[in-house]
Amino acid sequence: MATQRTHIMVCGGTGCVSSGSLDMVDSFKAKLTEKGYQDEITVIKTGCFGFCGQGPIIKIHPDNVFYVQVGLNDIDEIIDEHIIKGRTVSRLLYKEPETHRPLPKHEDMSFYKKQYRIALRNCGLINPEDINEYIAFGGYEALGMALTEYTPEKVIDIVKASGLRGRGGGGFSTGLKWEYTRKPASDQKYVICNADEGDPGAFMDRSILEGDPHSVIEAMTIAGYAIGASVGVVYIRAEYPLAIKRLEVALDQAREFGLLGKNIFESGFSFDIIIKLGAGAFVCGEETALIHSVEGSRGEPTKKPPFPSIEGYHKKPTSVNNVETLANIPPIITKGAEWFHAIGTEKSKGTKVFALAGKINNVGLVEVPMGTTLREIIYDIGGGIIGGKAFKAVQTGGPSGGVITTADLDTPIDYESLRAIGSMMGSGGMIVMDEDDCMVNIAKFYLDFTQDESCGKCTPCRLGTKRMFEMLEKITEGKGTMEDIEKLRSLGHAIKDSALCGLGQTAPNPVLSTLDYFYDEYLAHIVDKKCPAGACKALAKYKIDPVKCIGCSACARVCPVSCIDGKPKGKYVINEDECISCGACFTACRFDAVIKP
Amino acid sequence: MPIKSLDELRKIREDQVKKVKLRESGESGDNTVEVLVGMATCGIAAGSREVLNRLVDLIGEKSLDHVKVIQVGCMGYCHSEPTVQINTPGKEPIIYGNVKGDVVDDIVEKHILNNEILDDHVLIKTFNSAL
Amino acid sequence: MSEVFEFDKATEKLKLLDAFIETQPTKEEAVISVLHKAQSLFGYLPPDLQLYVARKLDVPAAKVYGVVSFYSFFSEEKRGDFTINICMGTACFVKGIDKVMSEFSNQLGIKNKETTADGLFTLNDVRCIGACGLAPVVMINDKVYGHVKAEDVGQIIMDCKEQKGV
Repeated sequence: MATQRTHIMVCGGTGCVSSGSLDMVDSFKAKLTEKGYQDEITVIKTGCFGFCGQGPIIKIHPDNVFYVQVGLNDIDEIIDEHIIKGRTVSRLLYKEPETHRPLPKHEDMSFYKKQYRIALRNCGLINPEDINEYIAFGGYEALGMALTEYTPEKVIDIVKASGLRGRGGGGFSTGLKWEYTRKPASDQKYVICNADEGDPGAFMDRSILEGDPHSVIEAMTIAGYAIGASVGVVYIRAEYPLAIKRLEVALDQAREFGLLGKNIFESGFSFDIIIKLGAGAFVCGEETALIHSVEGSRGEPTKKPPFPSIEGYHKKPTSVNNVETLANIPPIITKGAEWFHAIGTEKSKGTKVFALAGKINNVGLVEVPMGTTLREIIYDIGGGIIGGKAFKAVQTGGPSGGVITTADLDTPIDYESLRAIGSMMGSGGMIVMDEDDCMVNIAKFYLDFTQDESCGKCTPCRLGTKRMFEMLEKITEGKGTMEDIEKLRSLGHAIKDSALCGLGQTAPNPVLSTLDYFYDEYLAHIVDKKCPAGACKALAKYKIDPVKCIGCSACARVCPVSCIDGKPKGKYVINEDECISCGACFTACRFDAVIKP
Repeated sequence: MPIKSLDELRKIREDQVKKVKLRESGESGDNTVEVLVGMATCGIAAGSREVLNRLVDLIGEKSLDHVKVIQVGCMGYCHSEPTVQINTPGKEPIIYGNVKGDVVDDIVEKHILNNEILDDHVLIKTFNSAL
Repeated sequence: MSEVFEFDKATEKLKLLDAFIETQPTKEEAVISVLHKAQSLFGYLPPDLQLYVARKLDVPAAKVYGVVSFYSFFSEEKRGDFTINICMGTACFVKGIDKVMSEFSNQLGIKNKETTADGLFTLNDVRCIGACGLAPVVMINDKVYGHVKAEDVGQIIMDCKEQKGV
């Protein structure tokens, strides 16, 4: 076998394929063979480079040169100049938007700095069941430094100065939470890790616990040292068996290495962690409800104040921190507050992990600095919408959040900006929706979720979300009235103002946000009795399958409102605006071409 | 064998650091090839356990003592599960997606034994890490 | 207490449950953990078993029932050999899980939360199982099926039946 000196990597991701990258693979191969280089140079079709906005993309390996927007006409030049003469074709290099400086190496491009892994740094890189590998990548160094070089106050100062805010959704300063928990005098305090990832569509906490459980253990121990606690509890969903198993293995190894237990690093500080399983209740993500569940009771929230930092688990001061928040702690300690503070926006520091799902090509887990725009996440990293359909909205914040439309795609994401456009950060689920998704139906989906998950303790949430759900059901069945819209609005605001906990207070958000941005769709359901996206079955109309239709005109002849157009032997089409859904065409068609709604 | 001080921890880290080099930059003290298999819930559901078992079988059959199979967590490429990363000394790590059926055999036969990169399955690392 | 003791190997299972209860540091706080254990041993939590747990932990039966009825993970009904968990997460919803659900429902002739007469299948909607990358997702016992289409349903049911040798 001849030595292969160069690989030409052609992006075979959906975005680049649609702009013709597959033809380029063939063309490269043909031209290389023509010139006799076929044994030395391999052409490889790769997966998505995650830079779909600039496709088709080609990378020359091992020179590490990155060409963008390459066309079939450029192939000769790349072969003649780059491959044969070793000269970079600077015309095709990516140019930095601000300076217009061409950048040959893709690692230098600001785009690739967009995906920066802090919380996920070890996921996919280390064996989660081998503590040695975690240590090899710098693990437990932060704990060692904290225990032997810093006072608890200093640790809190570092976390405060870093600007880290809770990643579970609320966005409260982690350092402040620790400080408030440290202050009160008490014989015992607790650290609780909230791993009750209940937002449907979010899976970053599960991925961290499955891929890097030691980072959570290390961070909880640091938190324990900072606030003066000797016991930690991981409250984890019973639906995550693999995460539970990996965590148990990691806890045993940490104990064996003396990184949990008595007198850690001979500092006099002792700490251990127990696991408590959840049992399927969304409300347990709320910290007071979570504490009741850890105590073995129904997970019903209680009024704040008192905050858990004063009166939490066993009525003792307790700091409840989310998994992703904790995973950020070790690098903050080892690299310093300034390093972390330099990433992100003015008020939101560091990165955020998003679970990108729904109608998107590159479904996946992405970690980007705060301030990245939704457009970059959806189009560049996510590779755009499946099947080239039109983007309609992205839902963030799960059942507590709202929808974001095309108009706000260029908003830099942080806690404040998302709230300003009627959504919220939430835990990081990001569900992308296309033209086939009905926004009223989506709002109904979330309200069905919250009314079912409402714990029932306070009336606004227990009854209010149920009533909202019923109204949405009416609307999707075509039985809604304009009065229902007003009722949804006023009830929504009433629930926001009066519900006991965060679940109830945010439950109306999906409805209020879709009412704001997709009022037309509500109107279409109520006034025209139509579902524009064709998702609400009760409102769906009969359709004719153009492949099966032979143009016999039988349907048009029986239609009582004459809403079927077409010419004999051509294709017939039902005018949905006029269709009264009588079904006469369906019965008349002998070729199964009429599709029942 | 509890770790008693930061120095002891750093000593363990130094002993382990060879692997770090291979995984990050392809530098290595020996000729060990590492095969990382993404074994988070999504990966397993997509068949990564079968991939891991097949790899172990093949490596055993062919007595490839220099090849080590390691399970890791989620790499983030949910759209192309199962995912496998090959770290060869002196080379940039290669990530493969949609590794199913015969692709596993090809990885061993073509990539590990013959240094041929498999067309159609290469994924590009799209992020930097704070390590 | 009749129902609990009609179980296959009921005494043995209760012994295991007792031993587990012994390991718990506090009784009142152990309610959820003990119920998890009880459900894993018996498959579900009938009233008599709840009463047994309450007496063992020395807490009111009302508290145990309160916990069982609050959390969706606990079931008071006997389940089939295969619990077909249909993921109702947002990603699965958007990718059309409703069609998969109705196909299972049609082919098995049962509604959500019901069990087939032969005791083989229970149809159950669950909250997001976090495998959104594979949406729409169905989890049968511990096995996750990704990218499930309505057309795949028949084969999945056949696979289960084959496993059971039916």
